[in-house]
Amino acid sequence: MKNLRYTTIEGNSPRFLGLLAIYGFFLLLGFYAFVTMEHEGHWITGMTNQVIWGLPHVFAIFLIVAASGALNVASIASAFNKSFYKPLAKLSAVLAIALLAGGLIVLLLDLGRPDRLIVAITYYNFKSIFAWNIILYSGFFAIVGVYLWTMLDWQVEKYKRIAGTAAFIWRLILTTGTGSIFGFLVARQGYDEAILAPMFVIMSFSYGLAIYLLVLMATYKWTGRELGDAVINRLQNLLGVFVAATLYFAAVYHLTNLYITEHHGFEAYILRDGGLITNMFWYGQIVFGSLLPLALVYCPRPAKSRLAVVVASILVILGGMAALYVILIGGQTYPMTLVPGYEASSSFSDGVIASYSPSKWELMLGLGGVAVALLIVTFGMKLFSLLPESLSDKVTNPHKS
Amino acid sequence: MSRNDVDSATGQNSSVNRIDQYRRHFVGGSIAAAAGLALAPGLILNSVQAKPDDQAVSNKNRWGLLIDTSKCAEGCTDCVTACNKKHGLNPVHGELTDAQWIRHVTLKNKQTGHQIDMPMMCQHCEFPPCVDVCPTGASFKRKDGIVLVDKHICIGCRYCMMACPYKARSFVHEAHTDQVPDAPRGKGTVESCTLCVDMIDRGDGTTACAEACTSGAILFGDLNDSNSEISRRLSSEGGRQLRAELSLNTGVRYQGL
Repeated sequence: MKNLRYTTIEGNSPRFLGLLAIYGFFLLLGFYAFVTMEHEGHWITGMTNQVIWGLPHVFAIFLIVAASGALNVASIASAFNKSFYKPLAKLSAVLAIALLAGGLIVLLLDLGRPDRLIVAITYYNFKSIFAWNIILYSGFFAIVGVYLWTMLDWQVEKYKRIAGTAAFIWRLILTTGTGSIFGFLVARQGYDEAILAPMFVIMSFSYGLAIYLLVLMATYKWTGRELGDAVINRLQNLLGVFVAATLYFAAVYHLTNLYITEHHGFEAYILRDGGLITNMFWYGQIVFGSLLPLALVYCPRPAKSRLAVVVASILVILGGMAALYVILIGGQTYPMTLVPGYEASSSFSDGVIASYSPSKWELMLGLGGVAVALLIVTFGMKLFSLLPESLSDKVTNPHKS
Repeated sequence: MSRNDVDSATGQNSSVNRIDQYRRHFVGGSIAAAAGLALAPGLILNSVQAKPDDQAVSNKNRWGLLIDTSKCAEGCTDCVTACNKKHGLNPVHGELTDAQWIRHVTLKNKQTGHQIDMPMMCQHCEFPPCVDVCPTGASFKRKDGIVLVDKHICIGCRYCMMACPYKARSFVHEAHTDQVPDAPRGKGTVESCTLCVDMIDRGDGTTACAEACTSGAILFGDLNDSNSEISRRLSSEGGRQLRAELSLNTGVRYQGL
């Protein structure tokens, strides 16, 4: 694989321009939603004093979690020195930066006072995991940026291993931080669990790789480049392992709660009585988001069928969104216990399941963030030579062909 | 926060006149308070003094409330009405998004049906989770135990609302033009019960909710002063913290739970 030729994508085909137009459309929608929310105030969204973080946070946290996962392919290449993954590493780093940028922009534009970004950067409460996350996100851009530089510039290539290892360690800490945003919350039944941090790490592996697979396959198909089965098979097997590991963590999380009487009400809500939340959990997260992708990845199928991999990846992404919806919205709609043994009622939704219907503004803002991520990665491919001209089996796995 | 800030937040430019007005009220109030002290020394057990503006808040005091739920009448919302009026918390877009700094909560025992009525507000914790999680430090605790939001550096991330075990905080979901000088409100920031910090700093020795409660269910006082009525009653009659298992050492205590 030593003589791979990396090239940029041409970037002036009708398909490319069409993609840009689609991104542009969603960017405008997102911007319009932001301006409207900023002007009117958050009352026009579905968010309330009970459901404080809504659909924008589901999008934002999904993208941020997926960002660190997207870097995994590069980490396997550099930090673990697996040469098979090296041709795939540059796209992995750019995709990681793009997804993080998309997620952060949603998070920022959903703030009550997005104009105070400078305050968020200059005032730090170091006991806050949120403040730590701001440092972790900024650091991620810097470290992955340097890592990308070592991959693109032969003069600094000797630092690639160390930069890749630093990026790998940083991304683990970053997702631990993201999970701890919820893990460190003592107030609510669904949070306050140390397992959320490693669970978010393993979720990131899964969602990031699913996005990576789709971007890789789309790029090779739409640019007429050859992508061999060896690459697809390796990545899909890896995806299967990550999906299974995510399922394992979800099982441990819920089994622990089911064992502890105090949490029975919460578990009954998520697993049985929660209506939309319950459906999101069983159908979204478990059946369509985990079991079906596992079947698609591991069950025997006609050779070279790429459709199964594409469908599996899309399902993992949608299942991931569903999983985060359950964690975020389900965790907030379930009421807090003020006095054990007593049912509470008030004008402030005490003691009842809070209602939440996402507004179009929230959806538009979230999709705007996705468009930002895809725009960055698409432009990244036009600006930098991120991918080899061919990833055929002959190139990637010469001894087997 | 100076009064000039408050006035600018409400868009009023007669700040100097207003300060004079406050001074006159303050002097008048002080004279009345002094007269009261002279006339009825036996009745006033704990004198609460006004804090001069240039004097920092100290941890000599720990302000708090004692709520006797047995005196809290079913359906009574006098404290809620008084708080809303004092802080200009007018209804706008409905219960789901309107701010509620204090609310009437009814608790019903799941087995016996025993009912308890009580007001809920910021519990002014000694170790407030909202302060821990706030990324910018906008959520802060004064040395005298009052937990507040610095509206100048709140970015509206709402993480404090996620973290509060009492759901005591509200997000300002829209712009408000009908504000009152002592309670500036900013769209896109978080707010909650201030324990009527302006009244405390003026030396009023009470809060709007305690003042409005005709049944005497809410008692304001200094938890650090062993001679204060709140301390004496807590010492002799006891009082519970809500969600005491979280070890937050709340400044608001309840009896009759």
